[in-house]
Amino acid sequence: MFRPRYLAALPFAALLVAVLLGLVFGSERGLTAGAPPESFTLGNGMNVLVIPDHRAPVVTHMVWYNVGAADETPGKTGLAHFLEHLMFKGTEKIEPGQFSRIVARNGGQDNAFTHYDFTAYFQVIAKDRLPLVMEMEADRMTNLVLTDAEVLPERDVVMEERRMRIENNPVATLQSEMGAALYGDHPYGRDIIGHMNEIAELTTEDALDFYARFYTPNNATLIVAGDITARELRPLAEQFYGSIAERAPTFIRERPQAVWPEEDLRIERRDPRVTQATWLRYFPAPSYRKAETRDRAAFDVLAEILGRGTTSRLYRALVVEQGIASGVQSWYEGSRLDDGRFGIYALPRVGGDLASLETAIEAEVARLLEGGITDDELARARTVIAASAVYARDNQRTMAYAYGEGLMTGLAISQIHEWPESVRRVTKDDVMRVARLVFENNPSVTGELLPGGES
Amino acid sequence: MIRALFLSLVLLVYQAAPLRALDIERVTSPGGIEAWLVQEDSIPLIVMEVAWKGGTASDPAGKAGLANMVSSLLDEGAGDLDAAAFQSRLDDIAARMSFSADNDNFTATLSTLAENRAEAFRLFSMAITEPRFEEDAIERIRAQIGVVIARNADRPDWMVGDAWYKAALGDHPYARPAEGTAETLAAIARDDLVEFAGRVLARDNLKISVVGAISAAELGALLDRTFGRLPEKASLPDIEPVTLPTGGETVILVRDFPQSVVLFGVEGLPRDDDDFIPAFIMNYMLGGGSFSSRLMEEVRVKRGLAYSVSTYLQPLDRAAFFFGEVGTKNERVGETLSIVRRELARMAEEGVTQTELDDAKTYLTGSYPLRFTTNRSIASQLLGIQLENLGIDYVERRNGLIEAVTVEDIARVAQRLLKPENMIVAIVGKPDLSPNPNLPDDEDMRPAPPAHPGDAPF
Repeated sequence: MFRPRYLAALPFAALLVAVLLGLVFGSERGLTAGAPPESFTLGNGMNVLVIPDHRAPVVTHMVWYNVGAADETPGKTGLAHFLEHLMFKGTEKIEPGQFSRIVARNGGQDNAFTHYDFTAYFQVIAKDRLPLVMEMEADRMTNLVLTDAEVLPERDVVMEERRMRIENNPVATLQSEMGAALYGDHPYGRDIIGHMNEIAELTTEDALDFYARFYTPNNATLIVAGDITARELRPLAEQFYGSIAERAPTFIRERPQAVWPEEDLRIERRDPRVTQATWLRYFPAPSYRKAETRDRAAFDVLAEILGRGTTSRLYRALVVEQGIASGVQSWYEGSRLDDGRFGIYALPRVGGDLASLETAIEAEVARLLEGGITDDELARARTVIAASAVYARDNQRTMAYAYGEGLMTGLAISQIHEWPESVRRVTKDDVMRVARLVFENNPSVTGELLPGGES
Repeated sequence: MIRALFLSLVLLVYQAAPLRALDIERVTSPGGIEAWLVQEDSIPLIVMEVAWKGGTASDPAGKAGLANMVSSLLDEGAGDLDAAAFQSRLDDIAARMSFSADNDNFTATLSTLAENRAEAFRLFSMAITEPRFEEDAIERIRAQIGVVIARNADRPDWMVGDAWYKAALGDHPYARPAEGTAETLAAIARDDLVEFAGRVLARDNLKISVVGAISAAELGALLDRTFGRLPEKASLPDIEPVTLPTGGETVILVRDFPQSVVLFGVEGLPRDDDDFIPAFIMNYMLGGGSFSSRLMEEVRVKRGLAYSVSTYLQPLDRAAFFFGEVGTKNERVGETLSIVRRELARMAEEGVTQTELDDAKTYLTGSYPLRFTTNRSIASQLLGIQLENLGIDYVERRNGLIEAVTVEDIARVAQRLLKPENMIVAIVGKPDLSPNPNLPDDEDMRPAPPAHPGDAPF
């Protein structure tokens, strides 16, 4: 997990993130976590959120910036993530490369991640070391020092990271092409890590410009989860972060509207390194933020009933009854500031073909649209999703991540906290309404990864 | 250059915070089944982790993949419930049940909301004592595992591990893929599955840890209901101990990936070796400690050669390895490997400084409590401690064992372990093995790395 400096959105890991996120909050039948987490705002505009969990004398300290890969200037893709790497290089007070060593010397673990809509830094550490990491994190919010001697080798590191995640991974390469086809010119159609030729041209100056524009307390949110209360945290937050002057205007994100495909698109990718085929389909869908209030939780319920786990319709039909797939899943990605998406993937059995998978999936979707869902299916989906909120409470980092992602993508604390209640209120009509939004008159992007082709 | 030292805390000698008094109870059921329990009532859920000695290395020759296949079938119908009914029942109560097999152990995890405890444990008991192994489920799971086997062969990270184990261990059971091969998978019959479950899922090779909203008395009664019907004694084959050949070897699987994936390994130390803890600390300083490690500094930070480079110890019951792994573009594989080998040799020859050791100790002792922050992670730690026979007081003793290690201990263990000349290296990609691509190749290639650190109870 503590894999140095990773991207939050990885091929297929994205599935997990999406799932986790839908599931992270609250619960039904008296299992709700009580009051929502306390929050307050410092004089300089920095937001603070506290998520207590007193089981162990450990805290997770995170600073989230309201800027991500979708905010990069065209031609400089990868800059948000590159800066994330460079934030570990040192300040006027911290020698290059010492940040993580100091954290480690104090028994802590640290890392960072970049997504389309946010960039975040965190440490997990014994409670009595919280002031130390707060001081260091506050320091690098405005005092970063970069020189080519540190920056240029790190750019090579990022290019290796891209090779590992995308060039070495045919499924990821296909997903990258499908994302571009789905979102068009919207920045969600780019790779978070950036395009190789543009990463190669990023400079120290680019990183420092981006840093100066976006890394300012009025554009940041502090989240501390673990053995801490708001009463304990407030004076520390005032001391370390409250004293930082705003150095740039608050960033108001205005991005182009996604222009969805006008007709169904299909990307067939042949790769000589592949012997087993993969089928994927993306559908346009609103994000949690952009969805109608009454639809918001229904997308996750739909994904659960249609294709999550062994009791879902797609699994029963394709894997168990017809025996044509070895795996199939549907998921909803709603944690986006702009638009989200709904996805389905399927893996054929050895020797099987993708066309029969596609036919069978479309038949199941049609059956759902025509016949509706049952009371049992709805009840089971709501139970599983609501229980996931309890399971999420076992992990302070999961909770901090869930709230951070929700806040960075336009949700209010209360909406995140009351998520299980929203799930509990979902009706059969709600599920069918969003099913029609996703599956009727909504051009999709289909991806096929197949063996063969030129090396 | 001396920089302003505003971080006064940095200068303090770090005293590892005492681990929260973790109240581990040894619960013995009326029927004599033991479990370690940490009662934790603040979140209404319960996690149970279970392990039986007897993993994939116990698979009969010609039937590799048997343990893994059993692990995939236990939740595919049990008692009076077929697969669909069993899985619907699990979802109805939002319980999570999973089984898996590693080299030496067959393991299970059960998570449940506290309010559904009785039903979740009842379903778990059915899975381990009355699995149905119905023909349609067997053939479906066989087909799914067949796809895993086929897809593994497309993955560089899987290929490199497989190539390493075959080069290092030949046909020893540890070198077999957990899922088996297409041929051995096809050879597994229903009788084999039934026989494996009856022979391995017993009471004398069983370890249990439970964390969550449940008392010792409640758990004691549940243990008998859940595990009491298992046979008393397991029957496990002897696994031959195995050591690595000396002299080193490099195997290359030429595949068209732009980044070569490299796995290198040498002989390691068993968990019960007196030098294991020193080796564990040495590993942190060499390559286990992320940005605090020498390899990360030399390979990534200084030269930008890789996104990730790391090392780890892998002690098994009948073998022990010290592994490292790195991924770098094909053109720079030789250069990267020469740096890795040089760093191993340097640590073997010169040891480490007192400062490095002190820093490693403050991390390893100070971060130990971070492994005990979730019910799930506590259960996992307690199971690991039981499997390695470290004692129920290990959580209290462990930081003291780290503190006692000296630079002399590290020098000794580095000399014992770090032998670049014996490295077995596997590479997947199209590597240029020259240490300096522009110069004649005057170094013969050696080493590479393996897999992943896991949740070992070190």
